[in-house]
Amino acid sequence: MPAPEQRRIIFQHIDEPGYSNDLACYVRHGGYEVLKKAVTRPPAELIDEVKKSGLRGRGGAGFPCGVKWGLVDRKSGKPIYLIVNADESEPGTFKDRYIIHQDPHQLIEGTMISCFANNVQQAYIYIRGEFPHGARILEKALAEARAAGFVGKNICGTNYSCDIFVHRGAGAYICGEETGLIESLEGKRANPRIKPPYFPAVLGLYQCPTIVNNVETLCHVKYIAEHGGEAFAKIGTPNNTGTRIFCVSGHVQRPGYYEFPAGTITMGQLLYEVCGGPLPGRKFKAVIPGGSSAKILRFGERFKGKRKVGADLVDYDWGVEDVPMDFDSLAMIGTMGGSGGVIVMDDSVNMVEALANINAFYSHESCGQCTPCREGSLWMKKITTRMVHGQARAEDAALLKGVADQIPGRTICAFGEACSWPTQSFLAKFGDEFKQYPETKKTKAADSRALV
Amino acid sequence: MIATPKPDLVTVNIDGKEIAVPKGTNVIEAARLVNVDVPHYCYHPKLSVVGNCRMCLIEMGMPAVDPATKAPIIDPATGKQKINWIPRPQIGCGTNVSPGLHVKTTSPMVKDAREGVMEFLLINHPLDCPICDQAGECKLQEQSTGYGRGYSRFIEQKNVKPKRTQLGPRVVLDDERCILCSRCIRFSKEVAKDDVLGFIDRGSYSTLTCYPGKELKNNYSLNTVDICPVGALTSTDFRFKMRVWFLKQTNSIDTETSVGANTVVWSREGVIYRITPRRNDAVNDTWMADSGRVLYKQVQAADRLTAVQINGNDSALDIAVNTAAELFKAAPGAVAVVGSGRSSVEEQFLTKQLAAALKAPVALVSRVGEGDGLLVSADRNPNVRGALVTGLIAALPSSQLTGLAADIDAGKVRVVVAVNEDLSAAGLTAAQLAKVSVIYLGTHRHATSDAAKVVIPTLTVFEKSGTFVNQQFRLQKFLKAIPGPVGATDDLTALARLVAAAGGSTVAGDLTGVWKALAAAVPALGAVTFANLPETGLLLDAAPFAALPFAEGETLHYRPAAATT
Repeated sequence: MPAPEQRRIIFQHIDEPGYSNDLACYVRHGGYEVLKKAVTRPPAELIDEVKKSGLRGRGGAGFPCGVKWGLVDRKSGKPIYLIVNADESEPGTFKDRYIIHQDPHQLIEGTMISCFANNVQQAYIYIRGEFPHGARILEKALAEARAAGFVGKNICGTNYSCDIFVHRGAGAYICGEETGLIESLEGKRANPRIKPPYFPAVLGLYQCPTIVNNVETLCHVKYIAEHGGEAFAKIGTPNNTGTRIFCVSGHVQRPGYYEFPAGTITMGQLLYEVCGGPLPGRKFKAVIPGGSSAKILRFGERFKGKRKVGADLVDYDWGVEDVPMDFDSLAMIGTMGGSGGVIVMDDSVNMVEALANINAFYSHESCGQCTPCREGSLWMKKITTRMVHGQARAEDAALLKGVADQIPGRTICAFGEACSWPTQSFLAKFGDEFKQYPETKKTKAADSRALV
Repeated sequence: MIATPKPDLVTVNIDGKEIAVPKGTNVIEAARLVNVDVPHYCYHPKLSVVGNCRMCLIEMGMPAVDPATKAPIIDPATGKQKINWIPRPQIGCGTNVSPGLHVKTTSPMVKDAREGVMEFLLINHPLDCPICDQAGECKLQEQSTGYGRGYSRFIEQKNVKPKRTQLGPRVVLDDERCILCSRCIRFSKEVAKDDVLGFIDRGSYSTLTCYPGKELKNNYSLNTVDICPVGALTSTDFRFKMRVWFLKQTNSIDTETSVGANTVVWSREGVIYRITPRRNDAVNDTWMADSGRVLYKQVQAADRLTAVQINGNDSALDIAVNTAAELFKAAPGAVAVVGSGRSSVEEQFLTKQLAAALKAPVALVSRVGEGDGLLVSADRNPNVRGALVTGLIAALPSSQLTGLAADIDAGKVRVVVAVNEDLSAAGLTAAQLAKVSVIYLGTHRHATSDAAKVVIPTLTVFEKSGTFVNQQFRLQKFLKAIPGPVGATDDLTALARLVAAAGGSTVAGDLTGVWKALAAAVPALGAVTFANLPETGLLLDAAPFAALPFAEGETLHYRPAAATT
């Protein structure tokens, strides 16, 4: 079956020749027309459209956006804040930065519509510390939008006012965790908060109800406001509506970002047809489908079970290539759609070394609050680093698994899962490779590159 | 009195035991009520909850109800309502009880979680218990006996961190021992209101430190040492001095101010090594000031009085008492008594009887400083209210003995009995002291003891038992931790002897006897005996003294009457 055509909603103008990130260009392409219409509609109607659309958050967890908005405490009398989570830090993910760099006004328009819908008077764009250029672009775009009356006082001539501020992040992965982000925005260390009681929808920024949405999610809101929730729900598959952006990196012929209606493309179509397949003379070995914390898939393994199609339960028997790239299918086979960062590894990769790299990242990024994640992530890193650079032992495979199993589900935030799932899944799928690594090392080419 | 409203009770089930606890109680505290211990490090009952150590992970569940009808779902196997157990362990510290909450603290999931956390805490810990001051009272040691592995799977290099950072004048930090529970940080911020501590770096390399240019030097800094669950924070004073398991613990009261913080005195073979706070939720919570912790140093101070003296020459108690009797006889109606707000209730009662026998006026000396709003109150005497309750005085004392000075100058007073008060510090000149015969009972040497005709050395608060009445009018007892020095006489004995020397009726000079007399003479203490006085103290009726202009401002658990009107 040939791969479906790309359908670019969010990335409509990305890399379009002649398209620039200034206001004039955006307005020329019909920009801010949706906002102008939206502010004349009752806010509750906009929230309803988002609920009807079935839009799921694009940051990684896939939580329904309409439900998130529905949880906001609107009776407390406290101001409601909206935070744009632009702390795109998950290794393998590079979608939000293109929106920010090339089409910032799309994000601003989507944000303003969401703010209007939720009666937000102040919004923040929390942008990753390592994106200084993106921050400058956003500042410039916001100044333009403010001057044009799309942001700030009396938006589009109405009584509604809402300002957006850019806040540069602290340069840490954990700042992307929504409660860590809120702490960081308040000027503290980005230690995620305990839930309960600190659910952002009730006790978020400055203890006020707060909505934290991903950049891509808010751009989808703009589309939903324009075309309606039902039109959006028709794109993709039920429960996986709209389009998804896949950021494919690693050992494929044409890495890059691709936008498809969710669930309409399989892993195989994406990697072989869209991305051109493996490099010459190589074979795909493994793929991480949703950012480096998602569980790895091994080419050659089969997934069997029953899934819902419409009202019926249908048997499925998938190889990695057959898996539809949507939240639910990927969850069914034990991994996740996450942030859409597809990391491909071919047969030139040694899995122990790949894991050593991932572990180095997560141990460096643990905030250090909860014992299991703080100590476990570094321990796993020390083990894999030793295996690669020092003495590898056959029993290290079992030890790694033992350590990783003591982390997930026992921490304040999802970082515990993020740092342990790679180790757990690498061990589950490539355990033999770990056990043989002491032998593998003996035959390793002398000129093989050292890891960072 | 405002009756405490009956708290809303919530019934929970902990390891199969049903218990009703007040709403808002967390699971650790609820479990404590049924004698179930939930191990924890970062949680402290008097600090905010952060839930970061993950040691208190337990299994929880709620009774199942039908989502549509809200009718309970019955488990056919047991005939009881089915419990929906949460598949992941939850933290006990951050979970407040809710009606019907079920908790398992001994399930395999809980055991596994605890063992995991325990192993993680120990991998980068130096395991230097043999040279660590915390050994013996270390939560890490305690929990590892229950949940430790017994051997280490960790063969990597441990993290290296600063070993002896002087955080302030009284606190030393060993960062390698630190388990990053953040109790000290929260204490500094929330209780001491001196936000100087914080973590730098990330993950397992996180390091506790002071903000640049700041020091942990507030008067509550040593509480961080108390609440440190491991040996990371140690007291410069106590460090490397003594193993805690050799020390005897005696309940005492901090005498530096009228707050009357409850304390524990740690001693061995007659030597005190440290003083730590004792929890009393109505007085000092679990805190005390650093200034109160060094008071034990007065016990072995160089200026301690250790011999009965008459005119500067060593003597014996019997002779001193006889000399006093002669002085009393020679000056009928010309004796004055200076009592003390630092004496115990019992001593003040005997002082009163002495004054009555001598028909002598009584004065007290007040010491007022600045309160810090927490556990150091403005009144630096621990027991002025005791003097009011026993009737030793009827009005609040002043800082200067001007009346006594005038009487001496006028020749109306020729003998002064000073109970543990330095008269020259209270305004008497050397010339005035020279005009009178001073009988001095006290612990330390100063101008008055030097000028005294008769000196009877007595005991410090650590060497005797008794009671104080704090600013809340709470009667609190302290117990003898160590024996007094040779040559010192128990204050009660000395006072009882002087009462006899003054020709008064025979009074008991021991605690039990004094309390019998106290109960008979003071209606407010009618039902009290020293033995039945609760550890947390007994609140006396403050109403008779409500009109007095007490010096104290607001402190922890105390609001002055004036502030409420």
